[in-house]
Formats: sequence, C-alpha cells, structure tokens
Amino acid sequence: MFDTLSDRLSGAFRTLRGKTRLTDADIDATAREIRLALLEADVNLAVVKDFIAAVKERAHGAELAGALNPGQQIVKIVNDELVTILGGQARPLRFAKRPPTVIMLAGLQGSGKTTLAGKLGKWLKDQGHSPLLVAADLQRPNAVTQLQVVGERAGVHVFAPEPGNGTGDPVQVARQSILHAMSKLYDVVIVDTAGRLGVDAELMQQAADIRDAVKPTEILFVVDAMIGQDAVNTARAFADGVGFDGVVLSKLDGDARGGAALSIARVTGKPIMFASNGEGLGDFDAFYPDRMASRILGMGDILTLIEQAEKTFDAEESAKATQKLLSGKGGEFGLDDFLQQMQAVRRMGPLSKILGMMPGMGQMKDQIAGIDEREIDRIEAIIYSMTPAERTNPKMLDGSRRARIAKGSGTQVSDVNSLVNRFFEARKMMQSLAGGGMPGMPGVRRPAVKQAPKKKGNKVSGNPAKRTGAPAAKAVEPAAPASASGRPQPSEADLAKAVGDFQLPAELQQLFNPKSNGPR
Amino acid sequence: MDIFWIIMAAVGLVLVVAAVTIVVGRRRALPPAPPAAELLAEPSTEVSEPVVESVPEASAEPAVVPLESPEAPASRLSRLRRRLSASNNPFARGLLGLLAADRLDAEAWEDLEATLITSDLGVGPTDELITALRRETAIDGVGDPAKARDVLRNELLKLIGTDSDRSLRVTGADGKPGVVLVVGVNGTGKTTTIGKLSRVLVADGHTVLLAAADTFRAAAADQLQTWGSRVGVRVIRGPEGGDPASVAHDAVAAGIAEGVDVVVVDTAGRLHTKTGLMDELGKIKRVIDRLAPVTEVLLVIDATTGQNGLAQARVFAEVVDVTGIVLSKLDGSAKGGIVVPVQRELGVPVKLIGLGEGADDLAPFDAEGFVDALLGES
Repeated sequence: MFDTLSDRLSGAFRTLRGKTRLTDADIDATAREIRLALLEADVNLAVVKDFIAAVKERAHGAELAGALNPGQQIVKIVNDELVTILGGQARPLRFAKRPPTVIMLAGLQGSGKTTLAGKLGKWLKDQGHSPLLVAADLQRPNAVTQLQVVGERAGVHVFAPEPGNGTGDPVQVARQSILHAMSKLYDVVIVDTAGRLGVDAELMQQAADIRDAVKPTEILFVVDAMIGQDAVNTARAFADGVGFDGVVLSKLDGDARGGAALSIARVTGKPIMFASNGEGLGDFDAFYPDRMASRILGMGDILTLIEQAEKTFDAEESAKATQKLLSGKGGEFGLDDFLQQMQAVRRMGPLSKILGMMPGMGQMKDQIAGIDEREIDRIEAIIYSMTPAERTNPKMLDGSRRARIAKGSGTQVSDVNSLVNRFFEARKMMQSLAGGGMPGMPGVRRPAVKQAPKKKGNKVSGNPAKRTGAPAAKAVEPAAPASASGRPQPSEADLAKAVGDFQLPAELQQLFNPKSNGPR
Repeated sequence: MDIFWIIMAAVGLVLVVAAVTIVVGRRRALPPAPPAAELLAEPSTEVSEPVVESVPEASAEPAVVPLESPEAPASRLSRLRRRLSASNNPFARGLLGLLAADRLDAEAWEDLEATLITSDLGVGPTDELITALRRETAIDGVGDPAKARDVLRNELLKLIGTDSDRSLRVTGADGKPGVVLVVGVNGTGKTTTIGKLSRVLVADGHTVLLAAADTFRAAAADQLQTWGSRVGVRVIRGPEGGDPASVAHDAVAAGIAEGVDVVVVDTAGRLHTKTGLMDELGKIKRVIDRLAPVTEVLLVIDATTGQNGLAQARVFAEVVDVTGIVLSKLDGSAKGGIVVPVQRELGVPVKLIGLGEGADDLAPFDAEGFVDALLGES
C-alpha cells in the first residue's frame, strides 16, 4: 500500500512526460506528489517543506529554458536538490595530525554502534591502521562481551578494563583508553558508548563527559535507516548534547528508503559519512550522496550493482559471453552461456533485490515482488536436461529432443518450446541492439527504441538508458576511471537526459501486462 | 512465464555491466577479500563446539539475587502517561490547537494532516482520521476544545481498536509449556524485552525457561543470561554460530521435561528483506511447533521506526504468524504512531510496551491510556 519514494516520484513524473510546457498547475500537482512521497519515506516535515519550496522555485525559474523537456527538468532539479541536501560530495574520515585519532560513536539504543565499531575497526585495519576498540558501553548487559567478540572477529584489539553490566565509569574507561593507545602505539581509537535517548539529560551529560575526556577527532552519530519522523528530534538532541561531525546510516540493507538520511543531513548540516549495509563485518562502505539520490529517484542503484557484480562475477567468463553475444565471434551465445550468466546473477542475491537496483524498475515493484524464484529453477532444470551440444547450439533441438528434455526436466514440451523460442527472440534482439554500437552515444538511443516498438523489443530498449546511466553516474564519482578507458565523457545534458530517461522501461511494463500473460 | 523475460533483462543488464566493468575493472586494483565469502565463512568458524551446553545457572544464582515482585501494571502505565505528557508533545498540542480554532480552512487541515504524519501515523490512517474528523466537524461545527478532543480521541481509539485481545497467551495445552517466540529486526530490543518479560512472568508465579536462539550476534546469549540470572531463570544456550532452531528445540524439550510453565525463545534480529534469515525463522517456529505449539509470537517494533515498520510487520506476520506487537523504547521522544497502521492493516494488537532499560519498564498496552497519553491527558 505504501509505495516507496521512487515509486511515488515516478508516478508524479509520469504525468509530466511528453509535455512541452510546464504550467504552474503542473508544478503544484507534482510538488504535492513529491511532498507525500517524501513524507511516506519518513523525511521530516520541515525538511519536506524546504525541499518543495526549493524545487518549486527552481522549476518556476529561468532554468526551464534548456534543452531538456520539462519533465526531465523537474527530475534533474529534484535530483540536484537531493544530492545537495544529502551532503554533496562524500567526505572522507579525518585523521588527527598527532595520533591517536579518536573516533567516538554515539546514538540511540539498538542503532548498531557496537557492530559498527567492529566494522570500522576492520575497515581501518584493512587500510593499514592499527585501531583500538574501547568498550565504554557499561550499561547494556554484556555489551562489553559483544564488543570483545566483534573485535576478535575483526582481528582488532579491544580495551575493556571494566566488565560492564551497569558497573564502572565509562568516562574513566575512555580516559584510560587514550593513555593505553598512546603507550601501545595504536593510531586510531574507536570509543563505543552506550545507547542513550535524546531526552535523557543525565546520559547525554555522560556522553558529553566522555567527549571531554577523550577529545575525539570525529564524533559519529549512528542512526538506524528505518527511523521515522523522530529522526530530527533525536539528531538535534545529540547535536546539542554531544555534538557530532558525521552521521553513519546503519541497516541500509533493509528496504527502508532512508528518508531519515535526508532529514538529518538537512537539519544538522552534517554529512553522512558511512553506510552500514549488512551483518557481516565487511558490509560497510563510505556513503555516496549521489548514489542515494539516484536510488531515491528510482534510477536504480547501478553503482552498487556494478560493485556487487565485480565481486561475484568471473570477469573473463562474462567477457567471453558478452563477446559472443555482441559479435558472434567464437560461436554463438548459447543456452550454456545464458545458464552461466543466469547463475552468476543469482549468486548476487535474490533476483528481486537485483532488479530493484536496476534503473526504472521502481514502477514494477509489484511484478518484481511476485517473482517466484522456483520458476528460475525450472528454467535451469530444462537447460540442465539438454546435452552440451544442444546447449551450445539450441537450433538442433527438434521435436524428439524437446520431448526428451521435457521428460528429463519434469516439464511440458510447451515449456521447453517457449523457453527456446524466447531465447532465440531475446538473443536476436540483443544482437541487433548490440549492432548499434557501444554505450555513451546518444545517437544510438533513439533508433534502438524505435526499432522495437512492438512486443518485447521494449524489454531491451531500456538498456541504452542504462548504459548511458552507468558511465554517466560513474563520471560523477571523483576517481572514476571512465575517461581513462577512452569512453567519451557524457556531458551534463547527457547526464540529465539519462536521468530523464529513467522511465524508459515504463514501456517494459507492457511486457508484464495481459499481452504477455497469454501463452506464447 | 514472465519470469523468463525478467531473467533475460537481468542477464542482459549484467552482461552490459560486465562489458563496462571489464574495461574499467582491469585498471582498478582488485578489491580486498570479497566480504560475501567472509559472510559465509563466519558462522561456520565457531561451530567447533558441537555440544549444546545447558548452563545450570539458576541453582547458584537465586540466593544472590532477591526476586522482587515488579511494579503493578497500573502504576507502570501511569508512569508512561506521565512521561508522554511531560515530554514535549507537539502532537496533542498541535491537534487541539488546530481543532479549537474558530474555523478550519484548507491550510489548517493540511497542517493537521502533516501533524499526524509527523507522529509516524502514516498517510493511510491519517487520511482516514482526517476524513472522519471533517465529517464530525461538518455536522456539529466544533468550536469547543473539549469536544474537539473527544472527537479526536474517539477517532484515534477507533483506529487503534479497543476490542482486540491484548492478553499474553503463556499457558500451553495438555500440560505442555506455553511457548513465546520473540522476533524482530536488529536492535529493536528483543533481548531486553525478554529480560523484562521473564521478570513479570516470574513475579506472576510462572516457572520460566529462556532459550537463547540468537546464535548470531556476538554475546547475545550472554546478555540473555545476565537477564535470566537476575530473576533466577535458567537459560538454554547453544554454540555461537550454531543452528538456532536446534537451540529452540532443546529448550522446549527441556521445558517439557522439567514441566515449566513458559518457554521464552529469543531470536536473532533479522531484517525482513533477508529471505534466507526469514526462512530460518520459519524453521525455528516449525521445529518448536512439533514439540509444543507456539502460543504467542511477539514482534518487537522500535517506537522510533518510521513507515518501514509496516513492511516489517507484514513480512514477519507472513513468516511466523505474529500474534502480538511489543512497542519498545517508548520512553524517548518518538510516539510510536507506526503501531496504528500496523494494527489497522494486519489486525495484530499491540500487547506490551517497553519504556526503558530498567527491569520494570514493561507495561501492558492499554489503548485508552495510550490515546490519552498521546493527547496529553493525565
């Protein structure tokens, strides 16, 4: 019932597509949609009001006289504003000129401070630092033990002179830890403090005392990505009580859209520095405002997808498969290649999650949610029931072979037929598309879209947008090697265009509508 | 077979991604050890200890810890009211201020809507509430604050529902123990809630056994153990990283053998989006059900949670058939309005509220008291 932010924004912009002029009424209607969407995503009300005002002002302003159509213009404005609020560029961690660098973690109960301490410790250690974790959470039962275990897993030393469980003075522990770090030559000290509420004056004072005792280089405010409207109150309370230099957004691997990130960044003006997205000690990354903004805008989280693909993919295999598909050299792209790639995709996680990261998929949430992973198993079973020769060259599949395969995989001949036929169709489409040339060339896009106005041609027509989206987004990253690879750097207009085109796969949606539900 | 096209799209995209990254990736230093592998390896590292150790802690401890009986529920609830009304409560003030205005213009309605949304009530229930209020005020033109409050109170009560059964089912049939399974996402306060709950149960004269089926988070079992030893309740635990379902099974089996009244099972926090972990949870429940039916499944929701709470509740309800909600951390500045859409959509009542880290900071949920507290009445 509650759509996510990107769904709502996509909905809001759908009506704007195709218009050549933007009337005041259009802007107001869109603004209302954006407002509701942001509120539903837990963005704070005051922040939403500011946001809407800024977007409206810019939409009315002179900027409309551009090469972009109004719909794209609005998307671009919203995207820009999101990035601005989220903190512009990512900020790296500051280190003290004279070690040890002291990092203090503060936040509500259960926001993930202790886990983060471990992740941060491991991250720093991997970078060649020698971190020390300090157990200053003496409140919650066995928080000290938890930190010790986490430290052990991360291979980082833990300073825990007090057993915790309500006894001992955290301020004292924190003070000692600095001396300990100095004498043992640790260069980074991470102080894990007890969770506390913004309204608890006594504990806030204690946090301030710890701060004064250790004089931290960075105070990080750890906040749960799922937090609601209270995010702002809490952030303010911590900003006033202890003060903080940066925000860490935890549990970003859930499906919360992170409206709180917007609110906190906006209200406190502090950058979000890290994102914690999983239970493993390595599930931790710097926070990229531009990625977050594109995720919110339904452009998909393509960069994260790429990163994940890099981790799980056999680059050579994929390269070979792509080669086959694109040029037909070294044999044709066969079912075996398809199977291999499909399995590689599955290794990256549930299909629904991957598709969720794909650009423009926001509007198809329902279909994606309805995916039954067992269907994929069936497809796998069918392919597995073929001989290697059949897999490489599916053209040789005649009636009796198909009957055998159906029997072997426990499916119907019609299932095998439809799989094979669809595979041929898809392959042809991809090849004709690939014939158009490589990404980054705006000229390719139009023909590609027009080429396939009927049936599933549309499916792949999303690709050019994705392709431009990928390198374009990459160019936003400071150290992107995009230019080094010799691909043309997309211009600002291209970027905006890619942003505007994020809806292209809307046509894709037809694919899932009655037409394709019928037997093929 | 829509799925085929979806896969094809994914494969196509992935191939494009691969093409892009291969060019780029060769120039880039390979990332350090892939965390994915590590994640897989992690749970298995510490399974070296195969024996399930049950710690006969209770026999040693009770002498040390005096078993005080907890505060009466009524006084606990009044403490909640005090806290809620004492805390800065823009919700009630805003609403009453708005309703008491001479006339309600479009802007006032918009503000009202926004105020409700600010308390995490969600857009759906807010619309309902607004529509109902509009209707009421159109009929008799509310000018009197007290009357406005009555209208508002009734509508809020209607949203929360007064008729649901909010009692905990802690007794099993056929002489088997009642089994309470506690679930939730990470960091909502499951273990703390169990600590407080077992205290209440002990005070009510039940014999209690705790199962530390959170084998994932570091020291979670120790945390539960500490709570257990405070009230002299035995904790059954397994090896860290072990199978939580087997711990739950052992605990319930021990509970049946010893004839305890209630077994409370603590589970690891899990995000509702992780299919694998949700399957694990389903398994825990199935395994327990085979020995003794689970009488109560409590979902712990953090009061600070925003609209994502509904998604959580939906998935958890699907997987383990949640029978009650515990709204934790209500002592902060958050109002916990999220329970309204949860109850509205899933019909799962809030049964308990957590008010802090103290041992007695757990109270039964009372709809009228909750609404009164929201409205700033004492």
